[in-house]
Amino acid sequence: MNSSKVAIKNSREKYPLRLNMYDRPPAQDVTLEEFETWAIDRLKVLSEIESSFVRNRTHDELKTVTTDQCRKYLPVDSNNAELQTREPQRKKDHVSHFILRLAFCRSEELRRRFVKAETTLFRVRYENSAPADREKFIEAHNVGGDTVDVQKDPALLKQLQKVAASAAHATLEKSYYKVPWTQVPDLVATRRVYLKGGFAYVPLSLQPNIIYQKFQQNLERALEQTAKALPRLDEDDRLVPILEHLSKGFVAGVSGEYRAGEGIDGEVTADMVDEIARKHFPMCMRSLHETLRADRHLKHAGRLQFTLFLKAMGVSVEEAIVFWRKGYGQSMTDDKFNKEYKYNIRHSYGLEGKRADYPAMNCQRIITQNGPGPGETHGCPFCHHSIDNLTSSLTSVYRITAQADLMEIQRAVKDGFYHVACTRVFEITHAERGVKKGEGLGAGESVAHPNKYVARSRELEKAAGMPSGAGDAMMVDEA
Amino acid sequence: MSAKDTECSPDVTLAFYRRLYPFKSIFTWLNHQNPPTKLFTHREFAFTLLGDVYLRYNSFNNADDLKREVCRLNPTRFEVGPVYSARPRDKKTMRAATFTPLLRELVFDIDMTDYDEVRTCCTGKGICSRCWAFIAAAVKILDRILREDFDFKHLLWVYSGRRGIHCWISDQSALALSDDSRRAIVHYIEVIKGGKEMTKKVNVRLVHRNGSVGGLHPMLADSLSYLRTVFGELILKDQDCFEENKGWETLLELLPNKKINEKLRKQWEADLFRASDLKWQDLISEVSALGKDSAEQNLMMAALEDVVLQYTYPRIDSEVSKHRNHLLKAPFCVHPATGRVCVPIDPARVSDFDPEKVPTVGQLLRELDGVAAQNGEPHHSDWTKTSLKPYVDMLDQHVAKLMKVVREQNRAEAERQF
Repeated sequence: MNSSKVAIKNSREKYPLRLNMYDRPPAQDVTLEEFETWAIDRLKVLSEIESSFVRNRTHDELKTVTTDQCRKYLPVDSNNAELQTREPQRKKDHVSHFILRLAFCRSEELRRRFVKAETTLFRVRYENSAPADREKFIEAHNVGGDTVDVQKDPALLKQLQKVAASAAHATLEKSYYKVPWTQVPDLVATRRVYLKGGFAYVPLSLQPNIIYQKFQQNLERALEQTAKALPRLDEDDRLVPILEHLSKGFVAGVSGEYRAGEGIDGEVTADMVDEIARKHFPMCMRSLHETLRADRHLKHAGRLQFTLFLKAMGVSVEEAIVFWRKGYGQSMTDDKFNKEYKYNIRHSYGLEGKRADYPAMNCQRIITQNGPGPGETHGCPFCHHSIDNLTSSLTSVYRITAQADLMEIQRAVKDGFYHVACTRVFEITHAERGVKKGEGLGAGESVAHPNKYVARSRELEKAAGMPSGAGDAMMVDEA
Repeated sequence: MSAKDTECSPDVTLAFYRRLYPFKSIFTWLNHQNPPTKLFTHREFAFTLLGDVYLRYNSFNNADDLKREVCRLNPTRFEVGPVYSARPRDKKTMRAATFTPLLRELVFDIDMTDYDEVRTCCTGKGICSRCWAFIAAAVKILDRILREDFDFKHLLWVYSGRRGIHCWISDQSALALSDDSRRAIVHYIEVIKGGKEMTKKVNVRLVHRNGSVGGLHPMLADSLSYLRTVFGELILKDQDCFEENKGWETLLELLPNKKINEKLRKQWEADLFRASDLKWQDLISEVSALGKDSAEQNLMMAALEDVVLQYTYPRIDSEVSKHRNHLLKAPFCVHPATGRVCVPIDPARVSDFDPEKVPTVGQLLRELDGVAAQNGEPHHSDWTKTSLKPYVDMLDQHVAKLMKVVREQNRAEAERQF
């Protein structure tokens, strides 16, 4: 409603705002060629954003990269620019967004990725906007939330001071906005706002989060509607092939996934797992494997993480069942195993239920999703174990004893660079194979997937010409 | 407890479903009004049958339908799921993309097993009235957060039948929450994080570059002021968590000041089995001896607060609450191992609740036989004559409030149209 108010005010201008909420579809004609090239240009920007996530870039790095890409492929100038320049830019931005909506509404996975990338793009642009552009946007879309007069309410003031003291914005801020808490779930989740009676009190410095959230929620809803409408679009064969092509390009662009058989050959049998574990497993899997050996049991999340890892390592479903049956040993009756556990293993292999071929979890997933609760042992040891326990397993299991090495790993862990710590462990334990510091899994690649760790370790062993099963100087462990 | 009480044979459960289970109350609790709506008809029920056969995606037209099927299948228990975009029993005829969960009570699950590392009285499946104090503290805290911070009003707390408690929130705003919002609530509430290998499980403070730490969010500060008293009574006195070597070693591991740790370790090793409250006193005097308002003292004060949280703050099973399509055992089911009925609990009196006094199915049926002997014919509302009555009444009072909301909405809607 509000945007129409603005539109009337500047009736000759189609795009009075630099930033677009994309709440109305474009109504202009575009040529087939524009249709494709504009969409591809936008896709280039979004792909770069996605790969920034995969590479763990900080927000500032991501912002620089994205700003560069936007300048190249999808510039949107502020209102200071000439009308003749900014109108076509804004039209291209508007149209390309809607084309990609058509391409990416098809599956939940695509929708999720598209929303994440688009919201990030919006955020970067918002941060780069002049204050005047921002204010205009907030006013036009009525998204800022209601201001609260905190000075009038001493009790509230006291609570807000407490939040300020517990959060990064240390001191009380100039103004606060009151919104229903569901509009800022991320601020609630991280306890960065005061919550009372279902309302969140958002400080000025965090106000943009209200807007990003609104943008994201709008887009999510719109994509679902598009998905429902798409089968009825009944488009001729001009657009559909282009759309197919676009969505494929996005998927292929970045992939942190790992498929079975990559880089290693031959099936791994249940009996081989112990030895491979001893010589080649990264710490997360080693820890699961040892817990299974010691307790004859793993909790559900650990089983899932481990089963998918074994699958990607080349263990067939038959062998996996043998492995787990032996792993549980006497702790469980055959009957119980067949009833409750076999199904889950087969499910992980895509043989039961919805028959999805689940990929093995990459490091990002292991670290960020579903961390271990009391009594659980899955997750990433560098992130989820205390420093003391981590250090003692580095020494006892991986035989890393040099103080300098241990210090270096601990420092990386403290700074939150878990993949760096893990990569360092790989380098140290594979020094005998000629892996040097900084080389990682080859050419400086750091560990981003436990299966890549194993594959590389086994590859190095093979290259050294050592027959599998022969005594190994790298890790002498009589466990 | 006699052997008969824990017995849960098929005959016993069938008699329970036929004569005692409050289907009508459960129906209105899920449906919010008397005529069946999608809140009931599109709701998933899952049955666990003898021999661990699990039947999902059942749905029913009304309370009688549900009762008929429950009596036919005689499940050991049944679970309630979300309201879907279509009737769950028609799932097979739908495209997967069009069959999605829409609404669902927000639920929480607290289980005693998550407290194993901080309780000394029982482990694993065991529970006694002493461990219940942990649950009682958790209920007090969660109930306050959910009502005051999130403004939910219709909370139903239900004993899980053995060693835990469930909470069902039926506010319309709660039913409509997206998975994202549910996840946000869980993260807001969740404090105890980390597995077996992580000793310090409370990391809720901002660590500044100079090593000092930030204060607590008001929600945690409020929780802490209540939990301090719980800590004194429960952890220091009743559970005596730091009496034995392993217990106080864990305590010292949680503290940042190496010097104090060394000193106390020596002192405590010399005085075996010194009581927990005395050890805590030792700690407090060490901390007071540090320079007033010095960086060291502030750091230790914060660490002690974190200890209180780690030992007493609610430990929730977070996965249960995060997704709309998670199933949870229906209230008033019978726990197959204990024979106890999963009865509602009044959060204001949760501390007085004794899990060992909850009626068992065997006991209830005997009460019923007594009544039947007097009156002859068995009747479906027989539960009014047994010790199940106060619990069903509690649910009915809860439901009455839910129905009032809908009635008022309907009236307002009618006036608007008029």
